[in-house]
Amino acid sequence: MSEEYTLEQISAAEWLLPKSGDMRVPGRIFADSQTIDQLRADIAEKKEWNALRQVRDVASLPGIVTAALALPDVHPGYGFPIGGVGAFDLEEGVVVVGGVGFDINCGVRLLTTPLRKGDIANALDKLAEDLYGTVPAGLGSEGKLRLKIEEIDELLQEGAHYVVKRGYGCEEDLTYTEETGKIAGANPAAVSRVAKQRQFKQVGTLGSGNHYLEVQIVDEVLDPEAGAIYSLEEGQIAVSIHTGSRALGHQIGQDYLKSMELASRKYKIPIREKELVCAPIGSPEGEQYLSAVACGSNCAFANRQVIAHLVRASFARVLGLAGESIRTVYDIGHNNAKIECHQVNGEMRELLIHRKGSTRAFGPGREESPLAYRDVGHPTLVGGTMGTASYVMRGTPLGMEKAFGSGIHGAGRALSRKKAAKKYWGEDVKAAMAKDGIILHAHSLRGVAEEAPGAYKDVERVVQTATQAGINQPVARLRPLLVIKG
Amino acid sequence: MPFEYLDHTADVALRGIGETIEEAFCEAAKAMFNLMVDLAQVAPKQPHKVARDAEKLDLLLVEWLSELLAQKDLTGLFHSRFHVNIVKKSDGFHLEGTAWGEPLDISKHSVKLEVKGVTYSGLHVTQEGGRWIAQCVVDI
Repeated sequence: MSEEYTLEQISAAEWLLPKSGDMRVPGRIFADSQTIDQLRADIAEKKEWNALRQVRDVASLPGIVTAALALPDVHPGYGFPIGGVGAFDLEEGVVVVGGVGFDINCGVRLLTTPLRKGDIANALDKLAEDLYGTVPAGLGSEGKLRLKIEEIDELLQEGAHYVVKRGYGCEEDLTYTEETGKIAGANPAAVSRVAKQRQFKQVGTLGSGNHYLEVQIVDEVLDPEAGAIYSLEEGQIAVSIHTGSRALGHQIGQDYLKSMELASRKYKIPIREKELVCAPIGSPEGEQYLSAVACGSNCAFANRQVIAHLVRASFARVLGLAGESIRTVYDIGHNNAKIECHQVNGEMRELLIHRKGSTRAFGPGREESPLAYRDVGHPTLVGGTMGTASYVMRGTPLGMEKAFGSGIHGAGRALSRKKAAKKYWGEDVKAAMAKDGIILHAHSLRGVAEEAPGAYKDVERVVQTATQAGINQPVARLRPLLVIKG
Repeated sequence: MPFEYLDHTADVALRGIGETIEEAFCEAAKAMFNLMVDLAQVAPKQPHKVARDAEKLDLLLVEWLSELLAQKDLTGLFHSRFHVNIVKKSDGFHLEGTAWGEPLDISKHSVKLEVKGVTYSGLHVTQEGGRWIAQCVVDI
C-alpha cells in the first residue's frame, strides 16, 4: 500500500486520511474496519476506480472546507466516491459535475398508509399487479402525463408544486418534501432543448438500475420519540419510491460535463480526475450549472410526486383506500449540490455542499425541516436492496458538526454489476425473495441479477456504523413485502 | 474480444477495442447498447447520422456515445450497427458516423438496464500494442 493512503483510526467508525501531496484538506471516512479493509485492498490491487483515491481527489479541489468526507455506504463512483460529501467556500470554491452526477436529486419518498399487514395480505398479489401496470418502470417505459415545452419549463421552476397544481397529490405532500419540492433559482434557460425533449415521455416514470417501488411494513420503531413525530407505527404498511430526474437530469449532466471541461481550462483549475471538471461557484459557468441543477432537482421532486399519486390510485382501486389517507412522511434527495449554512470553527458560513449518494441529515432545530419535525430533525431515508430492510434515520448535532449534516443513503454496492451478474441469476434471486414472502415484479431479470441483495453491503452494518459514528440515528426499520423494479 | 467491461463497483466501465480508432469507437457504442438490450435482437433498419467535433479524441468518444444515448429518448431508436469516420483537423477531431437500429419494442427486445450518462471517469482513447482502445465509465 502506498504511503499516501495510510489511514489514522480516530474511533471504531471514523478514520482520517491525513493531508499530503496536493490535498488541501484531509479526508474523513466514517466506516467500519471491514469497509476500510475493502478500501485498502482496492488501493493495494491498484484498482482504477477506488474510493480512497476519489476522497483524495476531492480533497485536492480548490476551496474545499474542513475535509472531504465519505460516509459508511462509501464505494467507488466516478469523480466523487458514492457516499461522498464535499463542502466548498463560496468565494474560493468550485462546483463539480462529478459531485452531483447524472441522476440529479435522485432520492426516496416514503409514504405511510393506515393499513396493517392483515388488511392487505389477501390483496398483495393484486396490488403488485396493479402497481406494476400503473407505475411505468424499466427501459423505454413512458409516463402518461405529456407536457409541452412551456409546461416543462414551468415544471422545472415549480417542481412538485407544478404537478400538485395539475391534480397529482396534495399541498400536504409539499410540506413534507425537502425544500417543499421546489428549489429556488431554477432558470429553465439553463437547460438545453434536448434535455427538455428527452423528458417529454418520462414524467412520472421509475427508470431502472437501483430504482424501485416497494410496499413495506414498519418492522420496528427504534426511536419512539421521533417515530411518533413522523407518525410511524410498528406493523403499519408503507410505500417507498426510489427514483430521480430521469432523462432531463441525465442530459443536464452530459451538457454541463462538456461546458465545465471548458471552464476548468479557462479558470486553470488543477484537477486530478477528468470527471472532476468544475467551475468557480460564482463564475457565470458555475452559476448557470447550479441553476440547471435546481431545475433537475425540481424535475425529480415532480417525478416522485406523480408516482406517489399513481400509488394512491392503485391502493384506491385494489383496496378502496381514500387517497388522502396515504401521507408523505418525507421526500429527500441524495445526489445534489446546495448552498447551506454550517458552523465551521465556531463561525456560521455559507457553503456549497455536494452530496453524491448522500442525503441531507439536519439535526434538531434547523428551519429547513418541516415545522412538525423541527424538534427532532427531518427524517432521512436509507434505501434497501430488494430483499433487505430500509431505514428511516435522522440527523444529530454531532453529524452537523462533523459531516455538514449529511446522512447515508443506502447499503452501498459491494460487488460490481459484472460480478453480480456472473454470481446470480435473476430467476434465483426472485425465488429466494419469494421464499422470504417478498413478491418481486421486474421488467429485466438481468437487472434483478445485477441488483441482487448479495451485491450490496449489509444495510444493517452500514446503519450501525453511521449510528456508532454518531452522525445519524435510526428511527425505524422497514421490511419489503413487494418490490417493483425497472 | 471487440468490446469488454471492466470491474467498476457502482457503474460500468466499457472498452471498445479495434484495429483502427474507428473500429474502437464502433465497438464502444456496441458495448453501451449491449448494456441496455440484447444487440442480436435489434435489427439495424433505420439509420441515424451523427456529426460531432471535439478538441481531443477522448472527448470525441463522449460526444459520439452521448449523442446516440440521447436518441433513445428523442426518437426511441436503439442501435446495433455502427460506422464512423474520424478526421484530424487543425483544432481537433471531426467524427461523421451512422448508427442503424430500430425503435424499442418490449414484446420483441429483452431489455436490460438504462444507461444514464457517459462520464469522463477513466476516459481514454489510446493505442496499445497495435490496437486502439476507447474506454469510459457509463452511469447506470
